[in-house]
Amino acid sequence: MDYFLELFLGGLTRGSIYALIALGYTMVYGIIKLINFAHGEIYMIGAFTALIVAGVLTLLGWNQVAILVIASLVAVTYSSAYGFTIEKLAYKPLRQAPRLSALISAIGMSLFLQNYVLLAQTSDFLPFPSLIPEFEFIAPYAHIIQSSEIVILITTAVVMALLTFLIKFTRIGKAMRATAQDRDMAMLVGVDVNRVISVTFIVGSATAAIGGVLIASHIGQINFYIGFIAGIKAFVAAVLGGIGSIPGAVLGSLVLGWTESFFTGYVSSDYEDVFAFIFLVLILIFRPSGILGRSETEKV
Amino acid sequence: MLRQRMQIFVALVATASILMLGGTGFAAEPIRLGVAGPHSGDLASYGIPTIKAAELVVEKINAEGGVLGRKVELMVEDDVCKPEVATNTATKLVSQKAHVVLGHICSGATKAALGIYKDSKIIAMSPSATNPALTQSGSYPNFYRTIASDDAQARLEVDFALGTLKLKKIAVLHDKGDYGKGLAEFAKAFLEKDPRAEVVLYEGVTPGAVDYSAVVQKIKRTKAEAVIFGGYHPEASKIVTQMRKRRMKTIFISDDGVKDDTFIKVAGKYAEGVYATGPKDVSKNPMAIAANEAHKKAYGADPGAFFLNAYAATLALLNAIDKAGSTNYDAVARALRTQYVDTPLGKIRFDDRGDATGVGFSMYQVRKGVYVEIK
Repeated sequence: MDYFLELFLGGLTRGSIYALIALGYTMVYGIIKLINFAHGEIYMIGAFTALIVAGVLTLLGWNQVAILVIASLVAVTYSSAYGFTIEKLAYKPLRQAPRLSALISAIGMSLFLQNYVLLAQTSDFLPFPSLIPEFEFIAPYAHIIQSSEIVILITTAVVMALLTFLIKFTRIGKAMRATAQDRDMAMLVGVDVNRVISVTFIVGSATAAIGGVLIASHIGQINFYIGFIAGIKAFVAAVLGGIGSIPGAVLGSLVLGWTESFFTGYVSSDYEDVFAFIFLVLILIFRPSGILGRSETEKV
Repeated sequence: MLRQRMQIFVALVATASILMLGGTGFAAEPIRLGVAGPHSGDLASYGIPTIKAAELVVEKINAEGGVLGRKVELMVEDDVCKPEVATNTATKLVSQKAHVVLGHICSGATKAALGIYKDSKIIAMSPSATNPALTQSGSYPNFYRTIASDDAQARLEVDFALGTLKLKKIAVLHDKGDYGKGLAEFAKAFLEKDPRAEVVLYEGVTPGAVDYSAVVQKIKRTKAEAVIFGGYHPEASKIVTQMRKRRMKTIFISDDGVKDDTFIKVAGKYAEGVYATGPKDVSKNPMAIAANEAHKKAYGADPGAFFLNAYAATLALLNAIDKAGSTNYDAVARALRTQYVDTPLGKIRFDDRGDATGVGFSMYQVRKGVYVEIK
């Protein structure tokens, strides 16, 4: 039973890690129907920014919590700026072009950012300081769950709640929903579509940056390539949950995390990915638009 | 490409000038040492240092009067690391009457060429071919090497875990890659043959995954006393960190993919106590220092891959001919197996299968943030 619980918690953490990245994917897709492949790189840039800021602040002798807060804030700001700029440079000029063009542009952006960080920083793995403090009260349970895992779980829940609130109950959220339903019509009734899309990218990038800081500090190492693998898994999770749906992204991520964890624990980690993808295919056969996705009929 | 061509050109000119010196002094038939390996193409960087090593050794020996009073002559042939080219290279060296061959470099090319040398009773010695079967299959009694075979690290890991640490329950993990999985398979095979040990877990982990908590829990459940991991440092540091954070004291033993300073940098305090095998430290060997210096003086750069192995192989071959008193196949083979020779890799001879004794890997442990060789 203990073993089951450990695997359950392990899967939950892994799922939350995916979820922090998947939220941004699903938001952008919901609004402009674009799979933003550069999203994983935003996550990676967030982690790198935090690493640099944390390095400087550690030299100045700040305390751990202050470093965590400041590093996260700088990472969020910096990544949001990246998200905003990427949209303006790479996606906006292609908004009227076929969807495939924007997709290629997204892949290009992803490769560009990876190689940019590779050249500007290093190809080596870098140690990432554990910015999340080790809580005293968790020490007796350290063999089951760590402080950083608890922080990731709570953050994921809070970010999901905030995003849901933003979309359901605010003015900009209403504008987002309107843009998602019908961009041209929203424009006709006076919604500033460009602003809505910019805000979506900024918010999505901010969540990715938070993910970057927390996950890197949990794992303890980063390099220029982490965004790619994490991004692919998060994308799968978003599709599994129903792309475009915020609770769907979280649910899909958790399902993927548990699938991998239990399969590794009870069967074998050799075919972990194979099994995860078979599971994805099965779900998509029976629910083509994902677990929580609404099936949309194409408007004529 | 142009630079490689230039290097080959320089190498050829250097070889030619040695030949001219040789030709003027002695009438006796020279000892012909074939040097085969990739000297052009994308793997040339593996083969060219061997030519340079052979040149430096031969230059020195010829200046001291040669071997058995005969000058040594190099015959450099390119095999581009391709088995189908290597058979031609070997045929050419045989037809030009090479007495012994230094090479080849890649395991596949070496295997293809060995049959041809065997039929002509020519001894070949590789500084770099690590495929275990080359010596262990027994098919190539004419083959020797001055590098440890691929399974040597696994052998050392297993001997260390069972012999030195006296452990019984071992989990074997790998990263599913050629290198890591290959090592893990050898380690598993050695453990299964040994009645002292029990393999409680054998599994591959997905490289680059965000965390390995499920695998770590699995290790914990099997109550393994040690993990033998085949792979590289990014995965190793994640696994070690997660084990230590979960208060697991499981011993971690790995290979030279982990014996890398990045591992210590990334895993930080959690790296403490980790064991890893790595090539024996020869940086304090006076012959190794001298050989590296000579290379720097002659070519103005640090030596490349397998330079010291090739240096040792050339010395071993020429020493065996000297001790045997002739280039006769059986006499030279006997000398290689019985006579010790001082090389940059230490004092070596060859065992019955053709592997150099005393060449290979040592066990290292992370102590106070650095890898320390365990004697």
